[in-house]
Amino acid sequence: MAGKTLYDKIWDSHTVHTDQATGDALLYIDLHLIHEVTTPQAFAGLKTEKRAVRRPELTLAVADHNTPTENQALGLEGVKDEAARNQLSALTRNVAEYGIEFFPMGDPRNGIVHVVGPEQGRTQPGMTIVCGDSHTSTHGAFGALAHGIGTSEVEHVLATQTLRTRKSKNMAIEVSGELREGVTAKDLALHLIAIIGTAGGTGHVMEYRGSAIEKLSMEGRMTLCNLSIEGGARAGLIAPDETTFDYMKGRPSAPKGAAWEMATQYWRTLKSDPDAHWDSVIEIRGEDVEPTVTWGTSPEQAIPVSATIPNPETMRDPVKKAAAERALEYMGLEAGAPIAGTPVQRVFIGSCTNSRIEDLRAAAKVAENSKVADGVRAMIVPGSGLVRAQAEAEGLDKVFTEAGFEWREPGCSMCLGMNPDILAPGERCASTSNRNFEGRQGRGGRTHLMSPTLAARAAITGVIG
Amino acid sequence: MKAFTTLTSTAAALTHHDRLMANVDTDMIIPKQFLKTTEREGLSQGLFYELKTRADGSPDPDFVLNKPAFQSAGILIAGENFGCGSSREHAPWALLDQGITCVIAPSFADIFHNNCYKNGILPIALPYEVCAALAEQAGGANHKFTVDLERQIITSPDGEEIHFDVDEGRKASLLEGLDDIGLTLTAEETIATFEKGRKATTPWLEPATS
Repeated sequence: MAGKTLYDKIWDSHTVHTDQATGDALLYIDLHLIHEVTTPQAFAGLKTEKRAVRRPELTLAVADHNTPTENQALGLEGVKDEAARNQLSALTRNVAEYGIEFFPMGDPRNGIVHVVGPEQGRTQPGMTIVCGDSHTSTHGAFGALAHGIGTSEVEHVLATQTLRTRKSKNMAIEVSGELREGVTAKDLALHLIAIIGTAGGTGHVMEYRGSAIEKLSMEGRMTLCNLSIEGGARAGLIAPDETTFDYMKGRPSAPKGAAWEMATQYWRTLKSDPDAHWDSVIEIRGEDVEPTVTWGTSPEQAIPVSATIPNPETMRDPVKKAAAERALEYMGLEAGAPIAGTPVQRVFIGSCTNSRIEDLRAAAKVAENSKVADGVRAMIVPGSGLVRAQAEAEGLDKVFTEAGFEWREPGCSMCLGMNPDILAPGERCASTSNRNFEGRQGRGGRTHLMSPTLAARAAITGVIG
Repeated sequence: MKAFTTLTSTAAALTHHDRLMANVDTDMIIPKQFLKTTEREGLSQGLFYELKTRADGSPDPDFVLNKPAFQSAGILIAGENFGCGSSREHAPWALLDQGITCVIAPSFADIFHNNCYKNGILPIALPYEVCAALAEQAGGANHKFTVDLERQIITSPDGEEIHFDVDEGRKASLLEGLDDIGLTLTAEETIATFEKGRKATTPWLEPATS
């Protein structure tokens, strides 16, 4: 009998029950993260049915999606958008009613849900974690099975602490060697998605493996796992190791004393067996990855920053060809032209993909002693209040503001433009976020995904490159 | 959840340059500005907002769901990887609010696919050529399709019968309009037993406060 993958192991240890007839499994959920946008209807459903929250203490709430990134100290009164305020108030009421821990807007521990969980030590290896947000895959960086769910499932988890689900297939992403100097986890993720496509991982859980992955920091691993969903996989995983434990030790909710010893002993067993069965394997040489940017309206439309924009006429796949034609039209770009040198009007450094301290340090390194180019508006949105405080303690805020960047308060911000931070039609943005879909950052807005280093460089030079 | 048994309706095809649109993402199905609601109803106003309206907010008469023949379509036909992107359940809610309870496409993104079943929407995966052939018939004179979930058959306006696959468990839930939570709560004892074991083997997962 073949060995088990890490995913198999977490799955097996959390299966409460499997319905042999349908294949449906009830999976126990160790941590349920919630936010204001995908929960009001779930709480309303509980109320209608007079159902309780089974394990409020295994649930953590933040306000992040539609919070403004300035004047957060004013509280809800400072939220000008009435619909957003209404949603934030609903969350405040619901968490109070059901006794769920909540870091409200303005609390230093508040921030983007996928930054807060790891930062607090709530995210731990071997856990099952769900949230009504597709980028929940981020937490897989700790060797936790983590994925996004819909609001009906949020209600189900609130009521039962389980998820009714099916097992996915196993996909190994083997990255050998190491990433070259100046190449980041973001570049690796975009490089991978360009190879497998946005549906390449559909129906699979990806496990990132190999020496290049082992050398990544926790921040880098979170960036990589975060983007698993953009490759179609609901979840990404990286086996926990010393890097993981070093990051976790001493965090507020991490186990302490004897519990830490017991936990780490267990966590060290969380890796795929050498003879585990993989349904598919993708191999990448770390040295082949170059600084990468997207040119189109799908994360798979990514190329090295040194390359030229592809020509749809040369594409054999009719789906890719049609998508490329539409994307070039929307993005206002010419096939065959170099992507480097394309002028941008906006720069966004933030989101659950790239708003952690390491990301801000990388951006600050570029911004130091430089000025944001004329005609460019550049924004830095830290992932949480604690990331913001850490950056300020290191003087990064000064580096940014002196260079002409806006230093904002935490939240999802312009990644999805639910708050006032949006692009105007036709504006082109160098963005460290995760989706370059049509209209994602504002109707008619043109998004180029890239690493914090490349985005900061675009801010300074005014062009991609 | 409302049950899905059979549906007889017109079908609207989402096309771009004569091809069924691939990778229709959930931002496209319902853009962010419509997610600030605390209700499940009323979301059809945001459905395909940027495709159905012009930049000035006026309706684009060329968009399929704005055409009188397709305004009440209960079936949507689209290209590969439908529903990719965000987990927002507002996407199926918006379809449902529009009266669309069946989506036919070559493939679906996982989370959207799952969200459909939770809302009484039937996602049907068929090869691109079959979807394209169905889309061609959608504009015909007698253009009603019948989708029969029990028999797993789509009857096209031309009278052609097309078989589709559907997972048995999902099918049963849709046919009966089952409440998942109610069903799971009947396994309360099994969950409680699991929790006891969990506490014994991984005690650090219990928060210090409890």
